[in-house]
This record gives sequence, structure tokens and C-alpha cells, in this order.
Amino acid sequence: MSCKTLIYGLLFVSVLAAPGTTAQTRFITVASTTSTEQSGLFKHILPIFQKKTGIEVRVVALGTGQSLDMGKRGDADVVFVHARSLEEKFIAEGYGVKRFPVMYNDFVLIGPRRDPARIAGGKDTLQALRKIKAAGAPFVSRGDRSGTHNAELALWKQAGIDIAKEKGPWYRDTGQGMGPALNTASAMNGYILADRGTWISFRNRGDLEILVEGDQRLFNQYGVILVNPAKHKHVKKDLGQAFIDWIVSAEGQKAIAGYKIGGEQLFFPNANDTGA
Amino acid sequence: MLPLLLEKVSFAVNGRTIIDRISVEIAAGPRTIILGPNGAGKSVLMRLCHGLLKPTAGVIAWRGPTNGGLRQAMVFQRPVMLRRSVLANVVYGMGLAGIAPRERELRARDVLEAVGLSHLAERPARMLSGGEQQRVALARAWALNPEVLFLDEPTANLDPGATRDIESIVAQMHASGTKIIMTTHNLGQARRLGDEILFLHQGRLAERAPMERFFRQPESSEAASFIREEIP
Amino acid sequence: MSEITQALGAAGAMIFSFDRKLIEIVLLSLCVSLTAVVIASVIGLPLGAAIAVNRFTGRRALIVVLNALMGLPPVVVGLVVYLLLSRAGPLGELGILFTPSAMVVAQTILILPIVAALSRQVVEDTWQEYQEQLRSLGAGPVTSAMTLLRDARFSLVTIVLAGFGRAAAEVGAVMIVGGNIDGVTRVMTTAIALETSKGDLPLALGLGIILLALVLALNATAYWVKEAAQRRYG
Repeated sequence: MSCKTLIYGLLFVSVLAAPGTTAQTRFITVASTTSTEQSGLFKHILPIFQKKTGIEVRVVALGTGQSLDMGKRGDADVVFVHARSLEEKFIAEGYGVKRFPVMYNDFVLIGPRRDPARIAGGKDTLQALRKIKAAGAPFVSRGDRSGTHNAELALWKQAGIDIAKEKGPWYRDTGQGMGPALNTASAMNGYILADRGTWISFRNRGDLEILVEGDQRLFNQYGVILVNPAKHKHVKKDLGQAFIDWIVSAEGQKAIAGYKIGGEQLFFPNANDTGA
Repeated sequence: MLPLLLEKVSFAVNGRTIIDRISVEIAAGPRTIILGPNGAGKSVLMRLCHGLLKPTAGVIAWRGPTNGGLRQAMVFQRPVMLRRSVLANVVYGMGLAGIAPRERELRARDVLEAVGLSHLAERPARMLSGGEQQRVALARAWALNPEVLFLDEPTANLDPGATRDIESIVAQMHASGTKIIMTTHNLGQARRLGDEILFLHQGRLAERAPMERFFRQPESSEAASFIREEIP
Repeated sequence: MSEITQALGAAGAMIFSFDRKLIEIVLLSLCVSLTAVVIASVIGLPLGAAIAVNRFTGRRALIVVLNALMGLPPVVVGLVVYLLLSRAGPLGELGILFTPSAMVVAQTILILPIVAALSRQVVEDTWQEYQEQLRSLGAGPVTSAMTLLRDARFSLVTIVLAGFGRAAAEVGAVMIVGGNIDGVTRVMTTAIALETSKGDLPLALGLGIILLALVLALNATAYWVKEAAQRRYG
């Protein structure tokens, strides 16, 4: 085999790549959160949508903060996150058209089986958090402006703790996604607030288990927003709106409810709940 | 192209003078040997004449008519072979000289025959012995049909057998009309190959004479010392 | 230790079942990195040679900068390219963000300094040896650069391979500009990152083993070709 053959071979393979914009396929870019993608929900519902409409949905899964930022820059057509106050701010600032509630899942408070803070089985998240702080038990925070992170901060506030001021070495601000944060919690046998979806599909549990769940305060609402075409002319508003229309429709909602892991439903559709 | 005229040529580097106000006219015809001890500046003078270096003072000019461009070639003490076959090395030089593609291979084979390397034409040039590589370098130069051939101590690194081969080729090239300008510090070689001697000492042209006279009756004391092999 | 055994098992299972997703990811990884390496070489090799044979003001500063750029952190390159290609950025009109094209762009930028700086070094070393002879024969800077590149070709192959290795191994740049979109911009390294973050470590490790095997195979092939050619051309 000569040098020339190798070079031609390389050129051939790289031309094959012809990586480029597939202008032919109809697709939209949806900025969403790591929890929605990693839970496997999209893998389940998007093929149903594509089969019905022929529209491919490309999900860029980052954190809530980054997803909203993508929406502001116009790098996504639709934003699908779970941080209501941030979403409403997004719309108020003119980056989004309208917010539609889609579904909710819940958070769970996870910790080591040993449970040094003695919170297992409780129904009051705020009490649990106070106990964790009092015990100085390690607590892993996502620290990444994600929906989960925002929910965690809100809970500390509700518990009457100014976490920014009152945190000690027991509070580990990692700046990571849900999966990596769970890895960290597992490695250090710490407490962590996680969304049920990611937890169920998380494989590296170590000694961790769910200690507190079912508290109303732990419910986590998702909303979907079309990026404002007035701010970004190229936004695929028709295709994007088609996605939004579908996901709040009976069919889309049914698809969401149909997604189960180990027989357990992760996300609860509530597009009809106008207060959500 | 010839004659080559040097007028008060000097070359200095970092304040050190290597060539000191040399004036000389080199005409066509006789084989010119630049002789001198180590450090006399022979190699630098060659490079100045060939055009690889620019003098820091003085003028170097080719005074003769140039038919078909400046045709000069140089063979160095260490031959530089490209990573290709012997034939390709010879052809390479012709490409740069603007010789027609059809002619190149033919001429290359001719000169390789003349230097006795036809049987090695397809061999990778870098695999040849030092003497063989130097013959390729000569062939490469010869293929250009140069008016002037500069040689800088071409046999300094070669054994006597290879040296004889090189000297024989140089003689052939001279016979076919090329002006030879060569440096050496080897007295025997100067005697064998030279028609006229330019003797350099510490950057200055100490003496210029026909070969016979130079060795019989050197005029300068430095030349005399050198011939008596008192200066290395 | 059991995780590594599991990983080998996972890797084996994936390979022998010709898992379609896996093949997709592997092909995309190869295509993106190979394309980037080809472009970076087409630009970088002549650039390195040109810097080697020419003398100009600021040359030494340029060499220092080029050498320093070899250590560009991939995630920084990714971020900068993202800002350039974002709709809100200057090149947003191209619309190539979150496509393999953006990944090729980022990786090309990453590898280019490596190819240019190393080829400059190699060519300059050869230039020292060849300079007088080439100039004597009448070769100008352009011809000399081309001749040197050709003569140094075996060393240059190693450099190109080093560039490919760097591209195939990085995750920071392609993650940011590609978005790790399933079926579109997911490559081996981002897939490994994803599986790790999902806590599926054996799978992540399995993918890692496959990636290593691929890079190893490519290097081995190139080495044998080089050996064979060197025997022919000295």
C-alpha cells in the first residue's frame, strides 16, 4: 500500500463526511435541560412527533440557564426548561413569545443510607434541609443556574436559611449537571436534591437512596416557549409552533405520560392546568 | 558571464573581518584553485563569488555576456541528497534551470553514465556512499551545463579512491569547457588539478600565480611557509 | 476492577452486535476529525514551511506564539467558536452551529497550530541542511518550501497523526459547538462524557476502549506505511 493510496483514502473518507447543513430535512433546535434528556423522555416522545409531522427535533441539552441564554442568542427555536420565574423573565424581556405549561415531575431529596442528619421518611423538605445544615452533613449543590439549582436555592430560602451566607464546608457547590453531581454525591456519601427522572436512570448509586419525597414543594414544573421571531428572524416559527402545539395536545401529553422506567411514570402532563 | 571581477570585496560578521579587501579578476580558461590554510576564508570567498553571501563592502560582478542566464553551479564539501532516487536528484536541478521536461531524463542518464553511476540511477540517493553521493552532486551540476563550476573542498571527506574519481570527473568537465574554481587545502590536489593558484591568508589575497611558478618560487612569505607545511 | 471487566464486556457487546448507534457515532467522530486534520494540514504544512524558509520582522515572535497556541485548551476554542457562530455572533448567518461543520471548524482551529508549529520545526531543521544547495541550484523560497515538505514527508506524517490524535481525543470544543445532539453531533468523546454523567460508567469506559483501539489502529497503519516507504526512498 503506497502513500498515495493512504492519502486518497483519507481524502475520500473526509469528503464522505460532507458535514454540512442538511437544509433538506425539516428540523428545529430545542434547547432543553440535562434532566429531560438524560431521563430518556425525549428518546421516547420525539420519534412519535417526528413520525406524525416529519419534523426532526434536535435537542441541545444544557442547563436551564444556558438554554435560556441560547434562546436569547437565537441559537434555538424552542426553549423547554423548568424554572418558571426565569421563563417569565425571558418572556418579559421579549425573547420568548408565550409560555405553555407542559408537565411536571418531582424532585427527591437523596442521601446516604446511614443518614447522619436523620431525615429519612420525612415529608417536610424544609425541616430536612435545616437538619442537614445543623448536622453539617455533606450536601452537593449543582451550582449551575439550572432549574434544579434554582429550586434548591428557593427551598433553602423557604427554610429560612440564607445559604450564600450560612454555608460551610459541608456545602459542596460543584457547578455540574445532574448526573455528574450525583456521581459526586455518591462518591462522598452526601445529600443532594435531584429530579426523579435522572435518579431513576442513574446507575452509580453507591449507598444513596431517596430519603424525602412527595412534598408539594418538590414539584417541578416544565414550560415550553417559542423563541421570539421578532428578535431573531431566522427562527423556525411554524415548525417550532407545531412542536409546541403537539406537546400540549392530548396526543403529546399522552406520550409524556406513557414514558415509564421500570413501570414507574416520571413526568406528569399538566398542560391543561392554567395555574402551572 | 566570465570574467568575474571582485573589487575591494570585504566580508565581516559581528565585527570580525573574514575577507579583507580582495580585488581580483577571474577569467575563463585556466582551472583556478583557491589555496590556503584553515580559516583563511576560502569557503567564504567561494560563497561570495557564487552569490550565496553578499559582501559587506566592495563589488562582485560578472563582466562577460550572459547567454541564457547566469549558469553556474556549486558542489559542496558535504553533498546534499534529496530523499529521492539518484536520477530524480539529477533531474531536480534541471527543472529549476528551466530545461525542458522531455530533455531532463535523457540528459540525466547521460551525465550519470559519464560519472559511472548508471547502475545506481534508481537507488535512493541517500543510501549511497559518500564518494558516490559526491559523484551524484557533480552529475547534477554537470547536467546544467554550467559555464562556471565552484567546488568547495569536494574531497575533504573522501578516501583516496573516491578522491581520484572526483578529480577525474572534474578534469572531464574542464575538458568539455566548464571553468573550474575550486578550494582545497591539500597541496597535492592543488598540484594535480590547478592551472593557477589564488593563495589566501587571513582573508587577504596574499599571492596569485600560475601553478608551476607558485610552487617553485612563491613570492609571499606566507605562501612559502604554507608550502613548507609549516602552517596547517 | 470489576468496572473495567464490565467495561470490556460492554465494549465487546457493542462491537460484535454492530450496534447501529455506535457505528454512527464512530463514523461521525472519524469524519469530523479526519476532515479537520486534512484542512489543518493543507493550511498548516505550507504555513510552517513558509515560516521556516523566510526571514521577516516579527518572525521569532510569531514562532513563539505558534508554539504557545499548541496548548490551546479545547474548551476555550469551543467557547470562542460558539460565540462566533452563534446567531447573535458575527458568523451567525452561516447557520452551522450545532452541526458537524461547526465541529470541524473548531477542531481545525485546535489542530492548526500543532501542525504549523511542528512542521516549521521539522522543515527548519531540514532547511539548515539543504539551504545552500537549494539556493545554489536557484530555488526560491516557494520551491524550497515545497521541496523541504516533500523531503521531510515521513516526519510530517507523524505530525499529522499527532494532530488527528488531538482532535479525536478532545471533548471540550465539540461539546460546546456541536451540542452533543443525538444522531447529529454526538461523537465518541461527547458520548463518553454523556454516559459518564448518567452514571453508566461501564458503558462510558467501553466507548473509551473503542476510541483508543481506533486511534491505535490508525497510528499502526500509518507507521507501517511510513516504514515501507522509508525502505523504498531512504
